[in-house]
Amino acid sequence: MVATRDAYGLALAEIGKENPNVVVLDADLKVSTKTSGFAQAFPERFFDMGVAEQDMISTAAGLAAAGKIVFASTFAVFGSGRAWDQVRVSVAYTRLNVKIAVTHAGITTGEDGASHQANEDIAIMRALPNMTVIVPSDSVETDKVIREAVKFYGPMYIRLSRPKTPVIHDNPNYEFKIGKGEVMRAGSDATIFACGLMVSLALDAAELLAKEGVKARVVNLHTIKPLDTELIVNCAKETGAVVTAEEHSILGGLGGAVAEVLVENAPVPLARVGIKDTFGESGTPDELLAKYGLTPEEIVHAVRAVIKRKK
Amino acid sequence: MISKEKTAELEAIAIKLRKHVVEMTCAAASGHPGGSLSAADIITVLYFHQLRKDPKDPHWAERDRFVMSKGHAAPILYAALAEAGYFPVDYLKTLRRIGSSLQGHVDMLSLPGVEMSTGSLGQGLSAANGMALAYHLDKKAGRIYCLLGDGECQEGQVWEAAMTAAHYKLDNLTAIVDHNKFQIDGPVEKIKSLTPFADKWRAFGWHVLLCDGHKIEAIADALEKAEKTKGRPTMIIADTVKGKGVSFMEASPLDFHGKAPTEEEKDKALEELCRREKK
Repeated sequence: MVATRDAYGLALAEIGKENPNVVVLDADLKVSTKTSGFAQAFPERFFDMGVAEQDMISTAAGLAAAGKIVFASTFAVFGSGRAWDQVRVSVAYTRLNVKIAVTHAGITTGEDGASHQANEDIAIMRALPNMTVIVPSDSVETDKVIREAVKFYGPMYIRLSRPKTPVIHDNPNYEFKIGKGEVMRAGSDATIFACGLMVSLALDAAELLAKEGVKARVVNLHTIKPLDTELIVNCAKETGAVVTAEEHSILGGLGGAVAEVLVENAPVPLARVGIKDTFGESGTPDELLAKYGLTPEEIVHAVRAVIKRKK
Repeated sequence: MISKEKTAELEAIAIKLRKHVVEMTCAAASGHPGGSLSAADIITVLYFHQLRKDPKDPHWAERDRFVMSKGHAAPILYAALAEAGYFPVDYLKTLRRIGSSLQGHVDMLSLPGVEMSTGSLGQGLSAANGMALAYHLDKKAGRIYCLLGDGECQEGQVWEAAMTAAHYKLDNLTAIVDHNKFQIDGPVEKIKSLTPFADKWRAFGWHVLLCDGHKIEAIADALEKAEKTKGRPTMIIADTVKGKGVSFMEASPLDFHGKAPTEEEKDKALEELCRREKK
């Protein structure tokens, strides 16, 4: 079990050694976002902007305009919501090389409560032109995402989590490609598209379903934008039913994005597992996942339901 | 000190830029003439005296950079870029037309020479800080300039950026406020007071200079002093008049914040500017 934010911090510190052009900004959260490792190793290339997320994002744009590869980190609520207009005008409109790498996304932020649980960030980030949106599923993938982000020119939103989560990529040679989904388990009765920590829960769900003879395909859709439309359509056609699973509102996130593709290209029964248009509350990550329906059991119910709806 | 000849040359350019602003906004039938005209002399001194730049190589790595934080004053920047040779003067008439690089608010991707896209107020100073930080890191000699509106200073982000620039001792940054004292809804002091404006910047750790924003020598002198200041950023509060150079706009600045002159008004304005040109 490793938190994706920890993998981010380690990757960043290593990249700092390899690439002197990388600079990192944080808004008074370097210990929580794990940019502290980079800060310690490369103090001259680390800028703590204090509690000023809007300033941080536009400053990041200025650094990028002058040729730097910039990582700007804070909690997901602040990096997306608090600074949305700055992300829109200073970063997305300008297509500058700023990576907004946020941690504490979703309900598993836990005890801090609703104000700190970003359940809407995927929706508002993917609505921005020029923005690439990535939600890594585990620590191994996070490491690959950060390394790819350095090579990729342009704005990127990378969504990371607070709690330790299972490592589901045991092959260190796993090849991560921006915009290309990963089939993690074969199956022909239905497809579960998941992102972030829900990929692990989707794999658990598929295991439970297998016991009752249902073969569920599991796809890790780490890139919400640009979306792997071809893979989504093929899976829908081959399995005839789709479930999405995300630690985010069912409005406008992974479920919304997949629904848009299905309706236009391959209408099949669809069920969305996620936060049901409500704010969260304080609690432990596990308690909250259970209370808000982000469990393997919930995914199992959804898969059974969509299979029933097949013609 | 700037020479008498250079001053006279710059004064003539400033009138030329003002004529472009009047013509472009009239042709576009929209745009922001008032806040463009108030900034005309500042922009003239920057683009024809102060900035180290190469219009034939707009991306020259060592250049000085200018961020137009009050992005609605796009017409005056476009006029300066055209006269400086970034693109043909004739292109100015495409302002705000569909497909044109001369967007309503400045867009760095569509127009070389524009260093940052703005339009949503309050973001430019932060971006200028970012450039100044990068230049410090890379030990570049170039300077960063940023022009803000006074109404714009009601945005909280401006003061976040003010703290950042002082904290990081960005002495390669010169910011200028086009202090024309009017915003869309009325006089700035009446809508939401900035007083004591200069003291606010001083309290935030800036070196503050006050100057007549319509006197070429005064602007040039302030920019020179800013360049010599070490260890902190400089803010030049330029006292300006909204609509400067066109008397009927000066007389009713609120009517010409975001409204273009009609054909008739344009002719009247050009006539007045031509008269000044001949003096």
